[in-house]
Amino acid sequence: MSLINYANKEINCKIVYYGCGLCGKTTNLLYVHKKIEGGTKGKLISLATETDRTLFFDFLPLDLGTIQGFTTRFHLYTVPGQVHYDASRKLILKGVDGLVFVVDSQVERIDDNIESLENLKVNLRTQGYEFDELPMVIQYNKRDLPNVIPVDELEKKLNHRGDPSFESIATDGIGVFDTLRAISKLVLADLSKQR
Amino acid sequence: MAQAFQLFEEDYQIINTTLARLLTESNARIVLLVDRSGQLISSHGDTSNLDSTAFASLSAGNFAATSALAKILGQDEFSVLFHQGEKESIHISVVQSRVILVVVFDNRTSLGLVRLRVKKSLEELSNVFENIFSKLGAVQNVGLDESFSSVAESEIDNLFRD
Ligand SMILES: Nc1nc2c(ncn2[C@@H]2O[C@H](COP(=O)(O)OP(=O)(O)OP(=O)(O)O)[C@@H](O)[C@H]2O)c(=O)[nH]1
Ligand SMILES: [Mg+2]
Repeated sequence: MSLINYANKEINCKIVYYGCGLCGKTTNLLYVHKKIEGGTKGKLISLATETDRTLFFDFLPLDLGTIQGFTTRFHLYTVPGQVHYDASRKLILKGVDGLVFVVDSQVERIDDNIESLENLKVNLRTQGYEFDELPMVIQYNKRDLPNVIPVDELEKKLNHRGDPSFESIATDGIGVFDTLRAISKLVLADLSKQR
Repeated sequence: MAQAFQLFEEDYQIINTTLARLLTESNARIVLLVDRSGQLISSHGDTSNLDSTAFASLSAGNFAATSALAKILGQDEFSVLFHQGEKESIHISVVQSRVILVVVFDNRTSLGLVRLRVKKSLEELSNVFENIFSKLGAVQNVGLDESFSSVAESEIDNLFRD
């Protein structure tokens, strides 16, 4: 649920990076934070375990500046992908406007990806959302690894809605901004459509 | 699509008047109003040294986590959270189960006074938000026209890149 404040002219949108454990969600935010210009980004907050696994969420605010008089911001969040953090994952979905589903492309992770996507649908429903109504972009990550599933096969298994999808190597930043731009545009388009 | 949460001038002014009064009357340092998804609605007090965006997001996360704890215990969410620090303390309460009110205060005031003033403000805020939420869905997006998206898209291309 984006917040549109007509009084002080602000629009805030929430984008959540979802996906199974270790698929590369946090790596996406780290790269965005490293590369984006100072004035556009806020501080990156990571609530993580000692071993750098996301415990609750990562948070990165991005400021698009003023558009037609409206200060427009995106708040990027990641969820903790590990199965046992499901309760926390649900909480992060509150108020979501758009989703990035990050996929670990490795052969041995396919079941985890499918399970995570199912889990996303269930959790959205418990938060009162319909999966089909939310903009989403899919990111096929870790394309640098030798044992990855071909993209057309991943598309068949995971992209049933025909959402925009990107291949990525998040550790090198490849595909990270393509993904971010795509979901940001979808969210804003969706916002101006609601009228 | 999730319904956007829209705030208009008139309601926003009432909110700000209430928050400003709460700040003065409770002698608190900072008062923040945060949407439960973590977005800052308004802040009052000396926020010059405060990353209020991060603060808002973490407050909402904190409140969400304790509410989930309450549910596990089979009870309604906690209506108030209080974190006592060495110098600064934080008092968090919920408005109409949709918005949270965060008060940061130090030893220039007391928990008792903060609690008392918060209670009064919650009644006022509750009315405003009841009104805002009852309008949800009924109001149109008045400010965003067709060209908003196209201007936004070119800004996204400008700024979101390596
Ligand atoms: N080879 C390779 N490694 C990657 C890539 N993206 C991320 N990694 C690595 O995968 C590991 C997990 O990445 P994270 O970003 O922490 O994963 P996450 O999805 O946030 O994991 P959780 O917080 O547990 O949900 C790290 O060691 C990353 O460096 C990639 O594209 N290629
Ligand atoms: Mg992570």
